[in-house]
Amino acid sequence: MADFETDALEIVIPSDTAEARKVQDVLEQGLQNVKAPDKDVFCIRLALEEALVNAIKHGNQMEITKKVFIKYTLDQDVFEIMISDEGPGFDPNDVPDPTDIENLERPCGRGLMLMRHYMTEVNYNSTGNSVRMKKVFKKA
Amino acid sequence: MSEPRKSRLEVEEIGDVTVVNFVDRKILDEQNIQIIGEQLFELVDVQGRKKILLDFKNVDYLSSAALGKLITLNKKATTSGGKLVLCNIRPEIKEVFEITKLDKFFKIKEDEQVGLQAFA
Repeated sequence: MADFETDALEIVIPSDTAEARKVQDVLEQGLQNVKAPDKDVFCIRLALEEALVNAIKHGNQMEITKKVFIKYTLDQDVFEIMISDEGPGFDPNDVPDPTDIENLERPCGRGLMLMRHYMTEVNYNSTGNSVRMKKVFKKA
Repeated sequence: MSEPRKSRLEVEEIGDVTVVNFVDRKILDEQNIQIIGEQLFELVDVQGRKKILLDFKNVDYLSSAALGKLITLNKKATTSGGKLVLCNIRPEIKEVFEITKLDKFFKIKEDEQVGLQAFA
């Protein structure tokens, strides 16, 4: 099993969603290579999109000179990733519950909820500008 | 002269209902979602369409940003006295609506035929 601290691969991209898409394509290809279940690939793809958009848009405020740092490991059973930005961070506990009736019509604030649902583990650092997510594959 | 912007939507009229199909299988990319949002809003704001049926049969992925556009579209449609109905949502995408409890917010029908009946 890959050890995140020693085996993680690193990719650094500017705050550009087109670059984020390339990273997602690379990771998706990796997931196909280890024959990750389709359902898990769906979950990861969705969570990655939300986390990368959060880093680029909310963290780095779309400033192209600011970087997004991606570290990941991938093996037959587990995918683990850490996505960090250069923003000031946020407190995930301060994000209003988008399923509360008064928030239901708000057009934003659902990304974090989807990440938590679709990944096995989602943890932020204390600054709130780095998220580490893990997905344990559900093999048949 | 700039090139005309490519439509991300396929729009057809069935009776008095505007049926909209998405060209993209993945409604994820921020820039793409922005364009899709503008083209959807134009149906209500510019073209004055009242009955809109969004068909998701082509859609494999949907992000929270796309959900945001759908919420805004629903507001625009209802404010102008119209109605928005969603249909043909595959189970994986349906789950996204369920997790966010938006399955209770939107009118979601099984397929196009049932969706069209929702306007009767």
